Amino acid sequence: MFGALELGLIYAVMALGVYLTFKVLNFPDLTVDGSFTTGGATAASLIIAGVNPFLATAAAIGAGLIAGYITGLLHTKGGIDGLLAGILTMIGLWSINLRIMGKANLPLLREETVFTPLRENMMLGTWLSIGILLAFTLVLKFAIDWFLTTDLGLSIQATGNNQQMIRSLGVNTDNTTMLTLALSNGFVALCGALVAQYQGFSDISMGIGLILVGLASVILGQAVFGSRTIIMASLGALLGSVIYRFIIFLALRAGLDTNDMKLTTALLVVVALLLPRWGFLRRIPSLRNRGNRAPARPLEGTVDTPDQMAGAAAGTPTSTGKTEG
Amino acid sequence: MLKIDSISKTFFPGTVNERKALQDVSLELDESDFVTVIGSNGAGKSTLLNTVSGRLPIDSGSIRIDGAEVSRMPEHKRARYLGRVFQDPMAGTAPDLTIEQNLSLALRRGKPRGLGRGTTKARREHFKDELATLELGLENRLKTKVGLLSGGQRQALSLLMAGFTQPRILLLDEHTAALDPQRAALVTTLTEKIVSSGGLTTLMVTHNMEQAIALGNRLIMMHEGRIIYQASAEEKKNLTVETLLGEFSKLKGASLGDRALLN
Repeated sequence: MFGALELGLIYAVMALGVYLTFKVLNFPDLTVDGSFTTGGATAASLIIAGVNPFLATAAAIGAGLIAGYITGLLHTKGGIDGLLAGILTMIGLWSINLRIMGKANLPLLREETVFTPLRENMMLGTWLSIGILLAFTLVLKFAIDWFLTTDLGLSIQATGNNQQMIRSLGVNTDNTTMLTLALSNGFVALCGALVAQYQGFSDISMGIGLILVGLASVILGQAVFGSRTIIMASLGALLGSVIYRFIIFLALRAGLDTNDMKLTTALLVVVALLLPRWGFLRRIPSLRNRGNRAPARPLEGTVDTPDQMAGAAAGTPTSTGKTEG
Repeated sequence: MLKIDSISKTFFPGTVNERKALQDVSLELDESDFVTVIGSNGAGKSTLLNTVSGRLPIDSGSIRIDGAEVSRMPEHKRARYLGRVFQDPMAGTAPDLTIEQNLSLALRRGKPRGLGRGTTKARREHFKDELATLELGLENRLKTKVGLLSGGQRQALSLLMAGFTQPRILLLDEHTAALDPQRAALVTTLTEKIVSSGGLTTLMVTHNMEQAIALGNRLIMMHEGRIIYQASAEEKKNLTVETLLGEFSKLKGASLGDRALLN
């Protein structure tokens, strides 16, 4: 029970990262599966090498930033589809993660981690540790809330909302996209580093399927808290992660074993996505169609839009040609 | 102010679909000129605007704004000179952001964006004053998401966002075409107001001849990628739809269908 709460709060860091890409930037970033492990691997190897655990965790964040930036480069400068760009980085990271760790599993037994002070004083699994973790994730949440309302943050939100508009206002959407992907994966890698230290080992497969865990958290949070404002949406992502852990906790209690959890997670996401279609939880349909962004308009001289129907209906002359000049 | 010098643009060159959208087009706008661009489908009007804005690269020629060569400049860099309103009312604003956030984004057009607060109290007061000029009551709905506004309101807001930062050139791409007649009339009135109060140099594409005659101090007519008729400030004062149709019927190969569309 306390364990589920603690895990939920730790994984909330990742959920916040996934929220940044998936909801704010409207970008389904699959780098997460790789960068999470990168975070765990970087932190674990550095800790074993004798580095201060906090420094090791900071280094993990740096590794995540780079991973996200690479996905951003592939997508913006390389013109590779967002999903594929994420998959490419994720797959590539597998080898890099093995290189970082040297082997598939790095135990952190008896090493000093960021959780050591709590563990030694027998405070893990108590309200105190939960309070500390909650405070930590809330600080991250408020940092995101603040960031997204700055001039730079607003241009990131607009990049996810209407690229054509924000480019016409002088924002290089390539840069905002890469920045957001880097930040998001920084969060994810931080989460990976914390998880590795919390569970006492880093494992090459610790990130597999994590994007779904992140999505499940964001969707569940949104269903419960709505997404009308950033403050509520990011809180939703944070607490969605806790809710998700509880559902997993209950599923395990009900007799499923840990190997069933991937299927449980997938089903959870599917159900959460389909419910609005059947009339429940109308708040969350935006995830199914990935946001309410203005319809993307093709470049090469085409200006035809559905709105012309309105124009035509109102008797206003409108173009009908495919390539209006 | 804006100097377009013999620019050309061909779509799908070397294929069966090859289309010469702009052929050796030259046009010069002086300070505070308001030029309306008219022409039938495929005449190259929108392509002309899109090449100025940088959304489309040109094949040859040069585009200068304030003497600076911009034809190789990416779209987001040219934005510092340009205010733009698109035909699609959904295109010029971010629907999930509030009115004040959209205005804040527009306020920083072409300037670096840092970690300063997006919507400060001072900015909010400024926005209220600006929104009040639209007379749509939007000044009391600063925290409303733009996605909840009607097409006409969104287009009015886009117009304000494009104009209130005093761009060197304002580009209007059939920005009333997707609105019903009443809204179109409203946005047309606002266009006049914003352009004249800011003394903005403006290039406006339209399908509507009457609008093209009513607005602005100069008019050009395009056909098949060329400028085929220009009315100077003097000529434009006495211009009628009949004159324009007469000019159009002089063209070789202009069909009756095209004429109908021009109306």
